[in-house]
Amino acid sequence: MIAANRPQSGSRLLSLDAQGLLREVSATQLPRLLRRGDVVVANDAATLPASFHGVHLPTGEAIEVRLAGKLDDDAARFVAIVFGAGNYRTRTEHRAPPPLLRAGDRLLLGSLVAEVERSIDHARVIALRFVASEAELWSGFAAHGKPIQYAHVVEPLKLWDVWTRAATMPMAFEPPSAGFALTWKMLDDFAARGTEFATLTHAAGISSTGDAELDKRLPFDEAYVIPESTVRAIRRAKAEGGRVVAIGTTVVRALEHASRNGTLRAGRGVATNRLGPGTKLKLVDAIVSGVHAAGESHYELLKAFATGEQLQKMTEVLELRGFCNHEFGDFVLIEREQSRTTTCVFADGNARMRYSNRGQQEGLRS
Amino acid sequence: MATSNDLSGLRVAVTGGTSGLGLALTRAFRKRGAAVAIVARTAEAVERVARETGAAGIVGDVGVKDDIYPIALQINGRLGGLDVLINNASSLGPVPLRLLGDTDCEDLEEAIAVNLVGPFRLTKALLGALAASAREGRGAVVLNISSDAAVNAYAGWGAYGASKAALKHLSAIWNEEQAAHGVRVLSLDPGDMDTALHALAVPDADPASLKRPETSADELIAAIVAALPPQRAAQPVGGYA
Repeated sequence: MIAANRPQSGSRLLSLDAQGLLREVSATQLPRLLRRGDVVVANDAATLPASFHGVHLPTGEAIEVRLAGKLDDDAARFVAIVFGAGNYRTRTEHRAPPPLLRAGDRLLLGSLVAEVERSIDHARVIALRFVASEAELWSGFAAHGKPIQYAHVVEPLKLWDVWTRAATMPMAFEPPSAGFALTWKMLDDFAARGTEFATLTHAAGISSTGDAELDKRLPFDEAYVIPESTVRAIRRAKAEGGRVVAIGTTVVRALEHASRNGTLRAGRGVATNRLGPGTKLKLVDAIVSGVHAAGESHYELLKAFATGEQLQKMTEVLELRGFCNHEFGDFVLIEREQSRTTTCVFADGNARMRYSNRGQQEGLRS
Repeated sequence: MATSNDLSGLRVAVTGGTSGLGLALTRAFRKRGAAVAIVARTAEAVERVARETGAAGIVGDVGVKDDIYPIALQINGRLGGLDVLINNASSLGPVPLRLLGDTDCEDLEEAIAVNLVGPFRLTKALLGALAASAREGRGAVVLNISSDAAVNAYAGWGAYGASKAALKHLSAIWNEEQAAHGVRVLSLDPGDMDTALHALAVPDADPASLKRPETSADELIAAIVAALPPQRAAQPVGGYA
């Protein structure tokens, strides 16, 4: 596949439906692939400028800090991945290690000072705390933070490159990139076709640390917030036999985590779940995702929706058709295999009954 | 439920919030319990008004492209989302006012950058937050501050009047396009007020003949509240806290 090397260049979409059929359309045609009564759920997290260049004060050595996750609700505390001198133009896996980081070490990051609290099982991974008021923190982020960036995108990214049209609370460490498929025109098209649009906010974490062992631990725990209005929209869709279409893997992670006990709940949570071939999806019926290569964690997640064999076939077509991968690339829509039935029960129990009835009817027809 | 007098829980951003109408709006919103973020160019003024009113202070210039997303980042981060955006910061263009034939192109461009392109950019950057607020039943309003110079052709007001006329029409089109998403976009003329901007434009005006900005602020707040849903849903505010 071709690496998308400039922001938001994706324009094509390959869909894999529940019967295993592949179909290529323009990404703007997504609404046509959905039905009246479906609900589309996107991640409206804005992306933080989470990369900071600065100095490790005890040694005077240059470092880059990439904020990667949260440990708790303290606005100033983060999990961070630390690199030595250099910038995004070097591939992450070739980046120099940071100087030895000890608890109490101070890092000067633009106007901000951060203190190393501890290392987290790895020389590159630390818990850090900014020594700053809330006002200083946000103005420091605005002035000195840059979007986390990888070598395949040549030009330095600006915040406007990494915010989707839906961007609201700055909680994501890298863009919820499937959301780049959305336009305001598309939201109008959803509405015209009777497809509802809803959002949740999920702190999408980093996708690569430059260390193969560490990458196996991704994704880190991710905080999310699901509004009441989104729970209502999903409940309505399920009650009417509609599908829940997640825009991006973060939406799947949040919704499946929030319904892990069988009932989707509004409010805050921290997603600790991992999705993959063994996952029995409780709520989400289809996913819009960027194009991912076999072996990436996002590719593994897609196996919750389709078999390895189907994904392999899809990958061959994506390569043959020259689809672009990476965060600013093209898109896929994957409907859950028909045989994988929903198990999510709502408080009133009605949704499940109607939904499974409809599933049986479809089964008879096919 | 929010009334004109109790706006607790409402999240408001005001550009040009350190003087004139913007300052009056900031004080009035704070008095009614709203969370406010102010945006202005001068750090000292921002700090002073933030300290006085308890608003979140953000330093930035809406006329500068590279300032817009850092401003939007801080608004969403500090307020945990946004219900009301007031594009109030304005540039008169050349001061003293000049006839169009005497206006430098750069002065016209600057007026358009601050009065038209700035509000467009900031609204676009914050539209995700505003629409999210609308979906959650909180409502969402963008108020673009207009002027009678947007409607009437006053000699000497070319740069300001043309940019405000364009902003008025832009507002009307935003409002058409966003109606289905629950985001209302208003363009309102606060009247001739006793402000520093008015003194720059009309130095010999009698202040007694001018409206107090506090009066205009109260009228504008009433119009904003009227554009919000009557029963605003109480929703947990996003963010880390």
